[in-house]
Amino acid sequence: MDLANFFIQLLNSVQYGLLLFLLAAGLTLIFGIMGVVNLAHGAFYMLGAYMAYALTAAWGNLALAIAVGTLLSVLFGWLLEKILFRHFYHRSHLDQVLLTFGLIYIFEELRSMLWGDDVHNVAIPAALDWSIKLTDNLSYPAYRLFMLAMCAALALALWFMISKTKLGMKIRAGAFNSDMAQSLGINIVRLHSLVFAMGLALAALGGMLISPLSSVYPYMGAQVLIMCFVVVVIGGIGSVRGALTAALLVGLVDTFGKVLLPQFASMLVYVLMALVLLYKPEGLFKQ
Amino acid sequence: MTKALLEAKQLSKRFGGLLAVNDVSLSLYKDQLHAVIGPNGAGKTTLTHLLSGDIPATSGELWLKGQAVKGWAHHRLSLEGLGRSYQKTNVFLPLTVWENLMLAAQAKDALAPFNPLSWLGRADSKPSVVARAERALVLAGLSASKNSAAAILSHGIQRQLEIAMVLATEPVVLLLDEPLAGMGAAEADTMVQLLHTLKKDHALLLVEHDMDAVFALADVLTVMVNGTVIASGTPEAIRSDPKVQAAYLGEAPA
Amino acid sequence: MSTPQGHLETLPSSVQILMGLGLIALLTFPFVGQDFYIQMVTRMMILAIFAMSLDLLQGITGLVSLGHAAYFGLAGYVLAFLSPADAPASWLITLPLAILGSALVALVIGFFVVRTQGIYFIMVTMAFAQMVYFLFFDNKVLGGSDGLYINVRPAGGGLDFENKQVLYFFTLACLVLTYFFLRRLLWSPFGRTLNGIRLNEHRTQALGYSSFHYKLTAFTLAGALAGMAGYLWAAQSGYVNPELMGFHMSAHAIMMVILGGMGNVAGALLGAFGFELFMHFFKDLPKVGEFDLGKHWQLWMGSLIVLVVIIAPHGLMGLLRPKGADHD
Repeated sequence: MDLANFFIQLLNSVQYGLLLFLLAAGLTLIFGIMGVVNLAHGAFYMLGAYMAYALTAAWGNLALAIAVGTLLSVLFGWLLEKILFRHFYHRSHLDQVLLTFGLIYIFEELRSMLWGDDVHNVAIPAALDWSIKLTDNLSYPAYRLFMLAMCAALALALWFMISKTKLGMKIRAGAFNSDMAQSLGINIVRLHSLVFAMGLALAALGGMLISPLSSVYPYMGAQVLIMCFVVVVIGGIGSVRGALTAALLVGLVDTFGKVLLPQFASMLVYVLMALVLLYKPEGLFKQ
Repeated sequence: MTKALLEAKQLSKRFGGLLAVNDVSLSLYKDQLHAVIGPNGAGKTTLTHLLSGDIPATSGELWLKGQAVKGWAHHRLSLEGLGRSYQKTNVFLPLTVWENLMLAAQAKDALAPFNPLSWLGRADSKPSVVARAERALVLAGLSASKNSAAAILSHGIQRQLEIAMVLATEPVVLLLDEPLAGMGAAEADTMVQLLHTLKKDHALLLVEHDMDAVFALADVLTVMVNGTVIASGTPEAIRSDPKVQAAYLGEAPA
Repeated sequence: MSTPQGHLETLPSSVQILMGLGLIALLTFPFVGQDFYIQMVTRMMILAIFAMSLDLLQGITGLVSLGHAAYFGLAGYVLAFLSPADAPASWLITLPLAILGSALVALVIGFFVVRTQGIYFIMVTMAFAQMVYFLFFDNKVLGGSDGLYINVRPAGGGLDFENKQVLYFFTLACLVLTYFFLRRLLWSPFGRTLNGIRLNEHRTQALGYSSFHYKLTAFTLAGALAGMAGYLWAAQSGYVNPELMGFHMSAHAIMMVILGGMGNVAGALLGAFGFELFMHFFKDLPKVGEFDLGKHWQLWMGSLIVLVVIIAPHGLMGLLRPKGADHD
């Protein structure tokens, strides 16, 4: 593999890793703070992607679609938590698995009824529809770079919020010990609401950002959900830092694996997970 | 001097910046009850966890029946004869008293899980297991509650079941963490009688706040404050130790 | 935390009678039913074995696995690999090998997975099953996404599975064997320990049991039994593909066990039959105006399951339990 190719794969790794991070961060916080297994997280990603498709098709402007879509996601997250998820924090994991599994069915059927079962394309905005020339015959799509930059900015913003703000401190306290956080005077109900809405919005945003590259199709959330689980397991439940480290690791292993060992590429990530489980069954950065 | 059944040397446990147990040594001998007392947060329960293998020690040594057992998992220690009861009742609530005891009694000579014979035999019919459970039932005075679900028992009876379960594993060393917790006077008396009977042929460690019970039962007392042992000796010596009086007992009892 | 456990480990007499009648019905059915229905009931029996194998893991031991189908599908693939292109494979050789294959993979995966707790366990069982799925999906040499065909159904020992009635009774025998084996296991020392692990793993360890080894054994056994079911599925359908190992199949198993009621083996059996019947019912729903109710059967199934979890946490078995029954 020559240098230019290596560089491209590296960029792809980081881009995929950061996308996974957006989803895994929400998932790990929802697990860590509220103790909820949420199988529907992939469905949020799918809904985000379909929203981007539908709104872009209606208004012709992806940026606007993403902005509005994000707002709608936050609202949807707030509602869903209030009406449904809140009542399952103290239920067994099995109940939560079944509830969220039922939700996947419902969301996918809604998708089928609203937008059908075909694959749909989302147009890359004209402003980003070009490629940066790297060598004589290799170039890198500008949209991918934009996505990388967006995800990196979001990751940075998330990191800043978690480690430097009072809200972030409350989130970390909640992830460490929910009951203790409550006794310290933190409004745990509001915290849960916020974390859930944020998690859902991040997942949807990930779907919106990736839609021009991956297209939108039924059950697109399923594969990314598994990857998210792997990232959360490797990183450790409740740790955003762990999610970032693990997401980048997974991005690297998966991307380079597909290039170097295509037959076993899909398995490599699980081998990585197995190794982590051998030495640290609770993940690398478990709280 | 007979050999100690359980011997701990300089056990310490550190949780991040907190030194919960600091350099504690003690020995447990057969036919003897060794009480550990101290104010809340003194590290008594953590010490019990270290002795039972529930949590690993940061440093120090531990011997059971002359064998070095530091780092052993608590199920292994249990099979070697180290039994432990919990401060917070830790029984199988949906099961009856008898079912609880049978599960405990079964452990000692259980076949390996991957042995097909253990999948096909009947759990309730092995004579040695039934006998063991029956002995524990009678010893703990639970015959009347044999077929009652643990969940519906009164607090006092549950605490008796808590002890009975340990007895059913027929340990030689017993670590008892606040067995009298939450008990009324009559129930406490029954428990003290039981503990007195248990002293024979066992080495007992008793963590307790009930001073009447402690002084009625203890042959040796160790006093802990903030993770450290401040005094250790006979009840009389402890009672009159000025350090202990200052730290814990307040005025000397009349 | 509340748990939707069935239990009722001692089956009420109403259930025992129901099971007895069911067995009689199953024994006489092939003599009165049409070929299509014989196949349908065979399928139900296969899924019942699959569901019971999951009950061992989930209902008895308390381990929620989202990847149980991996062992189901793998056994089918073993049969596919061992079946010659134009002759029947011997079931006397291939069935034990398939079960062994599933058991071995369950043992290896279990070794990693059983050391995790709670949420982690759920996620890693799903992840490892996906790994197996992708191994087959991505590799043409293993059949790829198209799967593999079993051109001639197995035979041997005087039995020929091409004969639908023969396969039916063979499956019924496997079903009865599995049922009685698991019922026996439930009351065995091993089963009691698994129950203890489910109720209070910490105390079970404190009593002297190495819960890791017990859980690993349960995981492997459950995998082996799922393998038996998977083999029969492949033998019946003559075709295997990665979906048999996929998430939907695993979820299917969980739903069957939940619907019936967990922890007593009989519930899983009832749940499997009940699930298939409900599924056929929903699929056959008519169109109401523009809306094709039958097409969206998954929505109704999913909602039914959520409903069962919320209002009937002990599943169908819970409805059959006499009032004021045991201490669960």
